[in-house]
Amino acid sequence: MDLVEYLPIALFLVVASVIGIALLSLGSLLGPRRPDSEKLSPYECGFEAFEDARMKFDVRYYLVAILFIIFDLEIAFLFPWSVVLDEIGWHGIASMGVFLGLLVIGFIYEWKKGALEWD
Amino acid sequence: MADLLLVLWTLLKILLVTVPIIVTVAFYTLAERKVIGYMQVRRGPMHIGPFGLLQPFADVFKMLFKELMVPANADRTLYVIAPLLSLAPALAAWAVVPFDEGIALSQIDAGLLYLLAMTSLGVYGVILAGWASNSKYAFLGAMRSAAQIVSYEIAMGFALVGVLIAAGTLNLEKIVLAQAGNLGPFEWFWWPLLPLFVIYFISGVAETNRAPFDVAEGESEIVAGFHVEYSGAAFAVFFLAEYANMILISFLAAILFMGGWLSPFQGLIPGFLGEPSPIWLAVKVVFFMFCFLWFRATFPRYRYDQIMRLGWKIFIPITIVWIAVIAVMVVGGVVERGV
Repeated sequence: MDLVEYLPIALFLVVASVIGIALLSLGSLLGPRRPDSEKLSPYECGFEAFEDARMKFDVRYYLVAILFIIFDLEIAFLFPWSVVLDEIGWHGIASMGVFLGLLVIGFIYEWKKGALEWD
Repeated sequence: MADLLLVLWTLLKILLVTVPIIVTVAFYTLAERKVIGYMQVRRGPMHIGPFGLLQPFADVFKMLFKELMVPANADRTLYVIAPLLSLAPALAAWAVVPFDEGIALSQIDAGLLYLLAMTSLGVYGVILAGWASNSKYAFLGAMRSAAQIVSYEIAMGFALVGVLIAAGTLNLEKIVLAQAGNLGPFEWFWWPLLPLFVIYFISGVAETNRAPFDVAEGESEIVAGFHVEYSGAAFAVFFLAEYANMILISFLAAILFMGGWLSPFQGLIPGFLGEPSPIWLAVKVVFFMFCFLWFRATFPRYRYDQIMRLGWKIFIPITIVWIAVIAVMVVGGVVERGV
């Protein structure tokens, strides 16, 4: 495969960003600009904003992010494995079985520990 | 000189892909209001143009002429970057999507990997928008949305691995060609991969934060979620990204599971109906796009704990089991692996 095939991708990323920037600048050129302190205050359904918006949040969001990294890496390992599955045959299935098995044990553990509960 | 011509020619091709996407997004928003309207025994927009057909253009101009606000205490840089970060990957992902045999901007062998990477990048726009806005609703919406997107990303990734096992290639065009055969629709991957196909599409709906998984917006709780502070053109950019992603998910569902441009009558009916054609691809894509609207008009919103339970406790176990099943079937020779 030629590296030239990646040129459209690089160019497309540039074009996509340019479209976004063009839309935003067009909007700021055409739109009015009459800020006042009420308009710029954070929207809270008409109430005065209280406390800081960057507040404490539930630790379970962190947990989800960590679990996501583990599983996403797993997917990254599965991608090349599934492409060459023809050549590695039963041997490949057995080794991926061990790998997936370990992950599933971890998955069952976190399930039992209640890491997946949201109430 | 030849290099410059190549770049210009590529730019032209990119515009030939991008402009139809943007026009489709515009009319998709109109279709959404029309479809949901008729499902609720209303007629939807009727005033601008015949049958309201010019409504999307009126919407675009309205948004462009609105004030672009940056809320006080917002992180200005991140606030401006966030919409760009959600639009750029949503459009750039189209670089590898094939529209017919041999018609794609780029035929890289790592096509599916690139798509997975691009669709994953979209979540940064959501998180940055929620963080930079300095608004509680935006912050809560971003947290919810990020956790939801990454959760369903896993189920979606496993479903893609199933396609890879059945197709044996990451190249999208070869994935479509691997589904060709004389049994018509039963040669397509939705049949051996039925659980993965269903999970893929539902995860796609969840990934794009569409109803019934739209807790990130949750009008009745947090108003509009992560983009509550965005106005005018910046809001339009988020909107464009969301709808471009919905169309992309529809294309991928058609290409990966429903045989892309292959005819459902291949090998069954002689003549042009059995021939592969981009029209078949369009028919399948429009069907999936319609499903997005149909779901929105039909299902009530999930509760957040139900969404996370569905993603982690139902979809991930099913996909892991089905990957094992399909891998054994492929190596055992039950399912023919076509490259």
